[in-house]
Amino acid sequence: MAVLSYLEAIRETLRQELRRDSRIIIYGEDVGVRGGVFRVTEGLQKEFGEDRIIDSPLAEAAIVGTAIGAAINGLRPVPEIQFADFIFPAMNQIVQEAARIRYRSNGTFAVPIVIRAPYGGGVHGALYHSQSVEAFFAHVPGLKVVVPATPYDAKGLLAAAIQDEDPVLYFEHKAAYRSLKGEVPEERYLIPIGQADRKREGTDVSVITYGLMVSYALKAADELEKEGISVEVVDLRTVRPLDLSAIIETARKTGKVLIVHEDNLTGGIGGEVSALIAEHALFDLDAPIMRLAGPDVPAMPYSAPLEHAFMVTPEKIRDKARELAKF
Amino acid sequence: MSDNGLTPELMLDMYYHMALARAVDDRMWILNRQGRAPVVYTSNGHEAAQVGSAFALNRGEDWICPYYRDLALVLAYGMTPREVMLHLLGRADDPNSGGRQMPAHWGHAKLHILTGGSVVATQDVHAAGLALASKVLKDGRVSVAYFGEGSTSQGEFHEALNFAAVHKLPVIFFNENNGYAISVPARKQMVVQDVAARAQGYGMPGVIVDGNDPIKVYEVVKEAADRARRGEGPTLVEAKTYRFVPHSSDDDDRAYRSREEVAEAKKRDPLTLFEAYLKKAEILTDDKLKAMQQQIKDVVNDATEYAEKAALPDPATLTDHVYGSM
Amino acid sequence: MPENSDLDAEQLRTMYYYMVLSRELDRRIWILNRQGKSAFVISGQGQEGVQVGAAMALDVKTDWLAPYYRDMAMVLAFGMSAREVMLGQLGKAADPSSGGRQMPSHFGHRAKRILTGSSPVTTQVVHAVGMAWAAKLKGDHAVVLTSLGEGSTNQGEFHEALNFASVQRVPVIVLVENNGYSISVPQSREMAIRDVAVRAQGYGMPGVVVQGSDPLAVYQVVAAARTKAITGGGPTLIEAKTHRFTAHSSDDDDRSYRSRQQLADEKKDDAVIRFQHWLITAQLWDDERERALKARVRHEVDDATEYALLAALPAAETMSDHVYGYPPA
Repeated sequence: MAVLSYLEAIRETLRQELRRDSRIIIYGEDVGVRGGVFRVTEGLQKEFGEDRIIDSPLAEAAIVGTAIGAAINGLRPVPEIQFADFIFPAMNQIVQEAARIRYRSNGTFAVPIVIRAPYGGGVHGALYHSQSVEAFFAHVPGLKVVVPATPYDAKGLLAAAIQDEDPVLYFEHKAAYRSLKGEVPEERYLIPIGQADRKREGTDVSVITYGLMVSYALKAADELEKEGISVEVVDLRTVRPLDLSAIIETARKTGKVLIVHEDNLTGGIGGEVSALIAEHALFDLDAPIMRLAGPDVPAMPYSAPLEHAFMVTPEKIRDKARELAKF
Repeated sequence: MSDNGLTPELMLDMYYHMALARAVDDRMWILNRQGRAPVVYTSNGHEAAQVGSAFALNRGEDWICPYYRDLALVLAYGMTPREVMLHLLGRADDPNSGGRQMPAHWGHAKLHILTGGSVVATQDVHAAGLALASKVLKDGRVSVAYFGEGSTSQGEFHEALNFAAVHKLPVIFFNENNGYAISVPARKQMVVQDVAARAQGYGMPGVIVDGNDPIKVYEVVKEAADRARRGEGPTLVEAKTYRFVPHSSDDDDRAYRSREEVAEAKKRDPLTLFEAYLKKAEILTDDKLKAMQQQIKDVVNDATEYAEKAALPDPATLTDHVYGSM
Repeated sequence: MPENSDLDAEQLRTMYYYMVLSRELDRRIWILNRQGKSAFVISGQGQEGVQVGAAMALDVKTDWLAPYYRDMAMVLAFGMSAREVMLGQLGKAADPSSGGRQMPSHFGHRAKRILTGSSPVTTQVVHAVGMAWAAKLKGDHAVVLTSLGEGSTNQGEFHEALNFASVQRVPVIVLVENNGYSISVPQSREMAIRDVAVRAQGYGMPGVVVQGSDPLAVYQVVAAARTKAITGGGPTLIEAKTHRFTAHSSDDDDRSYRSRQQLADEKKDDAVIRFQHWLITAQLWDDERERALKARVRHEVDDATEYALLAALPAAETMSDHVYGYPPA
């Protein structure tokens, strides 16, 4: 089985999907000739032509808005927003249009689009090239929000997102693009949206997380194992919809839950997950639910000391999980 | 008469839909004043622009992306008065939204009428996207976005026109310029006299047409549609028209325009003008007109009764159609 | 280049000085990047003529700048020092733009009347219109100049800003530095028109095209636009045709979308070289002055580099400062 980076897994999935279904088009800023600023779409225009891999004008509301129209008229657009931080000019089109169109038309229109966007920090991207924006969208019924953690998941979730009949936001962590590698089967497979995945079995503490933080949590778990602390790592994979049964199952099993995300603490996914646990598994808990997340500052600063202070790291996860285990 | 393809029968049909829209519109206001319809958005005054443009399209095949003013447009495009009334009264069988949206938020998948929201100018980009798909799929369809002049101040208007021009998309941007964005007159909305002047900034033709003349509108839109189908790209059409009544049933236009101004504009009521034209051309006779008026009255009564008796949506359907599948 | 302008010999030499200073500072920053001392570079090389010409036409004591990330020469000519630019480049605590919070070249300087900007493009154009509107309402004798790339003119906010500016007749100058590329996308894939300036017609305001490699021509159109703005004549859209001599940024490689031949041709229209020739022809410049200037600039760049390298990084505990003006209870 081929070992691919997270980025290669996404690119090869796009290529496979483009070959499979001629209705798929990709567009966004710099996705064509240059192959995207991170080279995710590199080579695709050469293979599929300028009609399907389109360099769009610099206008995010138009990128998403035209994708909505193109989807309704029979295509399967997979638009790219160059950085998740640049998605906000398209907020109205995503939240008020894409997410509401099925509902407002009583099920007669649908918007099968996949909006891909690189998110996350730790790459000297500062306030506008580092953000985690998933919580804004996870609040919105009608949207699905996918944040893959591994090359394998990246492929199966992207294929499932493209197959989905509803708008899906697909967030790719920039730091994962080249740092994460893993085995990826060549044949097409789908990972159902809305199913979490237990990435590591453990008995003392459950770490519930998603995206890049999954690999960080696994590193922390390896270290804690040497100290005799057994950590279970649950990867949510999608933050809307959440996999309630997987969340409850791990909470009941270990009785100690640490929720980790890079996104700001307040109003983040952690709050929702902990509410679900409180509602469904309160009396199975042996300790308060803990959260480890980006601090409540507007976005990640540039200068190294400030960036490190913001970023959730394997060490911070290890320390917090240890604290919880000893509670 | 020029050889624009408009037969006497088609022109009569045009007139019928204009008159029908006016009658449905009038009835909606009555229902509102009786407390039976919570809100009304009107097309009163815009009928020629809307019906003329609809007739220039391949109705039911080409895509239209209307805005809340477009009652006459959707009627001419094939929506029935019953369907309009089901929508007004928020009934379960409303094909636009099953009673979910406010009245005048049109959308009819079978007729290729795109669903619209309340935030203006969003449909401009959707029309460009529909046309992008038509270009890729080579399905021969043209898409038309309809919008008021106020919404041309929105960024999405600009983004849509630029995108369509760069990619030479088969799309028409059809502006119904009635001079008012609710209460704000066009001179406070933009410095330019004509919305059409903005076309130059995108490298596409900008055409001004008398929006009170359905035949002229028909001709201009037909030409734009032909141009689009030939692969020559988008056109911006500006139909100059007037709204004879307030923005909606919640508005009172006396606060922002004089009665004299409205009376002056009504001298160019598209319905009256077209009626006179058809009579002069001996296409419409008094007998035909009388029969048509009776027919319209019956249709409007039927639609009202039908919709009033129709079932309201079941509260259990509140959470339907959030997703296609989970 | 025009013979007449109201600039005296000293001002003309100052103009050249800022262009050379910016070019050399920019080059040094690329070296620091290649040495691993600076994480990111976004460059203004090629656009110095536009930027210095425009800045010199403004009044640094009253006017405002709302620049974008290529405007190093502009902010230098508007009063930001080489040291300050370097502090921002290296993310140091004393960086006046953001205290090390933003990426390099996100210029902002409260005391020097330079608005802070972000990375999503075109947001500053709406801000500039708002600032100019306030200036008009307050009766300030001031204009706001905002600059942007040609790709940004496709954003909805460009349209909203220009429409608003013309309706309210605010004293704003919108300067498009058209270098032909939005990162990798050539202008022909960005818009179906040749001149961005024609977009002015949609707003009933003047749209002027100017050769960006000619700082005096830029100076003159900006000065005229300023006079118009400050006397209640409303906004002007200026499009300066210019060049980007580098890749978009240190993370970009422009060879994938721009031929070396094309770049070599573009470099023949280098504002720095053209203006030096003009000064020599006007007998305002000679080899001796050139040598002295080079030494001065070299010293200034060295000093700024050393100063910034030695300057303190921000303390980690300052990360949560300035989220609000007053700490929440």
